[in-house]
Amino acid sequence: MASEGHAETLALREQFDTADQQKDASTLGMWVFLITEIMFFGGMFLAYSVYRSSYPVVFAVASSSLNAVIGAVNTAVLLCSSFTMVMAVRAAQLGQRRAILIFLILTLILGMVFLGVKAYEWNEKFVEHHVPGPTFHLEGVEMQGPAQIFFSLYFAMTGLHALHMVIGVGLLTWLIIATYRGRFSAQYMTPVDIAGLYWHFVDIIWIFLFPLLYLIDRHLR
Amino acid sequence: MHEQVDSVKTYALVWIVLLILTAVTTAVAYVDLGAFSVVVALVIAVVKMLLVALFFMHIRHSTQLTRLVVMGGLIWLFILLLLTFADFSTRGWTGVPGR
Repeated sequence: MASEGHAETLALREQFDTADQQKDASTLGMWVFLITEIMFFGGMFLAYSVYRSSYPVVFAVASSSLNAVIGAVNTAVLLCSSFTMVMAVRAAQLGQRRAILIFLILTLILGMVFLGVKAYEWNEKFVEHHVPGPTFHLEGVEMQGPAQIFFSLYFAMTGLHALHMVIGVGLLTWLIIATYRGRFSAQYMTPVDIAGLYWHFVDIIWIFLFPLLYLIDRHLR
Repeated sequence: MHEQVDSVKTYALVWIVLLILTAVTTAVAYVDLGAFSVVVALVIAVVKMLLVALFFMHIRHSTQLTRLVVMGGLIWLFILLLLTFADFSTRGWTGVPGR
């Protein structure tokens, strides 16, 4: 159990028998939260699926107006950040403070690169009049209404995903400070582990968003 | 501690496979597979999800209870999709004006 130096962070709450049990409860609690997030994003994926099945051609044209190369590169950036995150968790399991710091900072940088690219893409949409509203116009389709639905879904889904990324960046910043102050050790690294779960979850959402938004029937163009 | 530490090699391998799958899913979108292109895209996405969940999120080392909760959540998502599509895909069948 607790060594003197970590007495505060290692504190075993009275409702738990062992530190392992306390850790398992934290993990389970985080997963329950992630389930609510799955249902939250699930509703958006459902709306997307219904409208895509209603207007397959418009969705294919609208999807092909997105830059698939930038999308793929950003997917790779996010996957790299998941790798550095899991390496940070591994370093935490082994109690290597310096390695945790390095990998968390790398994850933070990659997360911000992703958001930067996303901001560039959104700006492109404004320049091209692909933002739903009075000035909206998508070339190559008769039905501008359903095309606006596609871009409404695009902004809602990537926006919500980006919001989760911003929260993730905040969590990472906090973790980096806490690691720097020596809060974590091989005995106590629950926050690093839990934040890792969150980061990977946000990655998984993007794994589905990328093919569904960027890669509809590309061969038609 | 019951904590199981995976090797760097395992994580690096999963990471490389994820990057390869991203390249594959992008390339395959430019090939005409008809209705199968959605299926291929989703299968690749599900494989990537499983890799991230099992290895990066440590589901393969997690407790039975955690696995049960995750499966339960996915089943609820499936119900959400299934029932909505059971509605949407059959609305035209009855021939009721305005559906």
